[in-house]
Amino acid sequence: MTDVVDTGTALGRPIKRKEDARLLHGQTNWTDNIQLPGTVHMAILRSPLAHAKITHLDVSGALEMPNVVAAFGAAELGELNSSVPCVWPVTDDMVAPDFPALAKDTVHHVGDCVAVVLATDAASAADALEAMSVDYEPLQAVVNMESAISPGSTLVHEDKGTNTCYVYNLGGGYDEKVKEADVVVKRRFINQRLIPAFMEPRSVVAAPMGMSDEITMWTSTQIPHILRLLIALVTGIPENNLRVIAPDVGGGFGGKLQIYREEILVAQLARKLGRPVKWTETRSEDMVATHHGRDQIQDIEIAAKSDGTLVGLKVDLKANMGAYLQIITPGIPLLGMFMYPGIYKMDAYDFQCTGVFTNTTPTDAYRGAGRPESTYAIERIMDELAAELGMEPMELRRKNWIKHEEFPYTTIAGLTYDTGNYELATARALELFDYEGMRAEQKSRRDSGDRVQLGIGISTFTEMCGLAPSRTLGALKYVAGGWEHCTVRVLPTGKVEVITGTSPHGQGHETAWSQIASSILGIPVEDIEVVHSDTGRAPYGMDTYGSRSLAVGGQAIKAASERLVDKARVIAAHQLECSPEDLEYVDGVFQVKGDREKAQPLGAVAFEAFTAHNLPDGVEPTLSAEATIDPQDFSFPHGTHLAAMEVDTETGKVTVRKYVCVDDVGVQVNPMIVEGQVHGGVAQGIAQALYEGANYDEDGQPQNANLSTYLIPSAPDLPSFITDTTCTPSTTNPLGTKGVGEAGAIASTPAIINGIVDAIRHLGVNDVLMPATPMTVWKTIQAAQGGK
Amino acid sequence: MEHLKVTVDGTTYQKEVEPRTLLVHFLREDLGRVGTVVGCDTSNCGTCTVLVDGVSVKSCSMLAVQADGSEITTIQGVSDGNDWHPVQSAFKECHGLQCGYCTPGMVISSIDLLNENPNPTEAEIREGLEGNLCRCTGYHNIVKSVQRAAELMEGTKS
Repeated sequence: MTDVVDTGTALGRPIKRKEDARLLHGQTNWTDNIQLPGTVHMAILRSPLAHAKITHLDVSGALEMPNVVAAFGAAELGELNSSVPCVWPVTDDMVAPDFPALAKDTVHHVGDCVAVVLATDAASAADALEAMSVDYEPLQAVVNMESAISPGSTLVHEDKGTNTCYVYNLGGGYDEKVKEADVVVKRRFINQRLIPAFMEPRSVVAAPMGMSDEITMWTSTQIPHILRLLIALVTGIPENNLRVIAPDVGGGFGGKLQIYREEILVAQLARKLGRPVKWTETRSEDMVATHHGRDQIQDIEIAAKSDGTLVGLKVDLKANMGAYLQIITPGIPLLGMFMYPGIYKMDAYDFQCTGVFTNTTPTDAYRGAGRPESTYAIERIMDELAAELGMEPMELRRKNWIKHEEFPYTTIAGLTYDTGNYELATARALELFDYEGMRAEQKSRRDSGDRVQLGIGISTFTEMCGLAPSRTLGALKYVAGGWEHCTVRVLPTGKVEVITGTSPHGQGHETAWSQIASSILGIPVEDIEVVHSDTGRAPYGMDTYGSRSLAVGGQAIKAASERLVDKARVIAAHQLECSPEDLEYVDGVFQVKGDREKAQPLGAVAFEAFTAHNLPDGVEPTLSAEATIDPQDFSFPHGTHLAAMEVDTETGKVTVRKYVCVDDVGVQVNPMIVEGQVHGGVAQGIAQALYEGANYDEDGQPQNANLSTYLIPSAPDLPSFITDTTCTPSTTNPLGTKGVGEAGAIASTPAIINGIVDAIRHLGVNDVLMPATPMTVWKTIQAAQGGK
Repeated sequence: MEHLKVTVDGTTYQKEVEPRTLLVHFLREDLGRVGTVVGCDTSNCGTCTVLVDGVSVKSCSMLAVQADGSEITTIQGVSDGNDWHPVQSAFKECHGLQCGYCTPGMVISSIDLLNENPNPTEAEIREGLEGNLCRCTGYHNIVKSVQRAAELMEGTKS
């Protein structure tokens, strides 16, 4: 079924990754590997309390400790104590508390930064934290969102007078339309708080470099370009004197889409001390200091006719901001706002989201960023509606989804889905899954009263990638554009540099981008170097998040490569004494049509462009071309995921017996990489459904903020996956690609929970909280059966 | 300070170390063997796994001084220079890595697993790698990589 079109080029082939040689031989350049002469290591004194006044802070004791160079609290840091920026003020009246790099007089969550110490080695810096003197006056912590917005609640930020960050509304016709409905189903879903937990802990090094005033920062980030701009804006370091490099980055999943206070501190202190400063987080620091994801209470109401035709959807969210706003914290639920209707047609959609401050670690983007939450809600409530109507859940979906012939289709949320073929992906998934056979087995187990019940979980999802046309982002008050840049250079030796503004951290851009360029330039993949993630070498870019790199960045690579061929054609025609139209370009060689003897390879053209001894009039020396592309619209990957879930009704133990996913991500550049992205995404979505959840007690103390207690699934906790793809090319970009980085994580969570509920619905269960641990499932069954 | 003599990836080192120094920090900071990485502080993630006298060890759970007299193999020593160990080849062939941060530990643990059990089942592979976390691959292709490595290693024996 996988529609890999043979392009006769590198495009679409499962080429093994260029990145792997260094990664497999331990020759990788992680930020923490960087050890510059004279480096001082920063350690951070963090708040052990969720909410407290700092009544006393004296850092001087640390200065007496061995190997310590300097120590700072907010007072000592003074004007260098820059604030962390938020670039998405979603409403004009959004409440945005100050978020200084070091807390000034009050700490607002466990892990809040209070002071720093710098020593000539990391262990000495850590030791010296103990010599600081700090006293706190504990304040009541606010953890529960509904309590936080109740009248009289303790305030997270006293000076703001409210714990409501913003209220955002969309739509408005639901209450009128619902009168036409025969059935209304309401559910409250809890999309629990997750921790990104990329494998490489964050690390940052900043150093005054060379003979200029330049500060170079190496940081484990997804967004070196955005980081450069924002660090310059908040610190006052002139942007032209700041170079940001993201070396090899070990995963991100949105967690490294951030300007962190530690990055601000390291940059400021390198400048102040005039020497390299380095900080690498411990994992336990990471889990309270790196932003978290999800954490929404979702009140969902769906209305339908008795035949299953959808009438409307009403969504009322409470979204936990945490204690502060990070780069796009308030916007995350709004990225989901457009996707609550999913793939379905309906006549009314009301959306409201209340952003809420609590004394917890700030939230922000985590794989899918708003879309996993919306997809979870719509796919869960579709199953609940089907149960209410007594309909087969796939039939209810089929009845309401946008039909292939109806594309392009503008949804009730206002997005125009360019293409899709839900029928095809679903048919393939049902076949791979043996849906009918599974239903038969489910019935037989139910009839026999088997202790282990079988459920089938469905998720027919779509999402939006390629964030986004800059004008759309502007309309949403997002303070940046959605464009991407590429420069392609052919060096005098014939080697090619593809200079991209995307910033990979595991996605294989070096390989995939080479394939795109190779398919146009006719140069072998191995002769193409992808230059990325260094504002000194790749100065323009909007980085990697939101499954945008291929959908947007890929267009720039294609356009720049084509422009380069156009320029080279003019030079080659001059050299070959013909007109450009008389040349054809095949496998990297310009040939005069009808005379194969007269030919010039691209490398030779590049050398001519370098020497410039014999260029046509008006043609500038050097062979390079660039393109900066603003996407015309989003792209909309979709797919059908099916999970066969076994539930031991006596112990609550849940097993993923079979997982089938058929994804339509449009045209694929490298199917091997696509499949890997799907695997990883599905695993993270399953992890939300079954294993993960960051918990706080009522005092705001994290209950599982380390890898011993926060259950990231290991190999025995997950099944192998059955994957396939269909291909409905996107029409919003010339490559026909859509994006795949987040799809699996968006799709799989509701498939798993729907499967569990389906397995035990006959016991009276109509929801299971996530993570669906054996204890949670067992208690749910007990409660439904009238137990405690 | 304690005197320590270890052989790491074929080179013998003699160093003075603080008794509290973990083996992984000794490898990275004292010897500059930065191919082995740190992913947690609770011995859960397995990224720092190395072979100590041929057996896999999480090098964050051992003091450097405990390795005195040992022969240690890290990811940088499993194959010579630009050569490829069959496990390394299999991970590339089967796309068993994405960001690559867990990879040094995964490769070492897989070597240890295959040394003990040259023909593991899928379940045995999953159990055998339980101490190594990966956030990118969902383990699907890691399992395939180990299966492929088993085939490659069987081939080299015959």
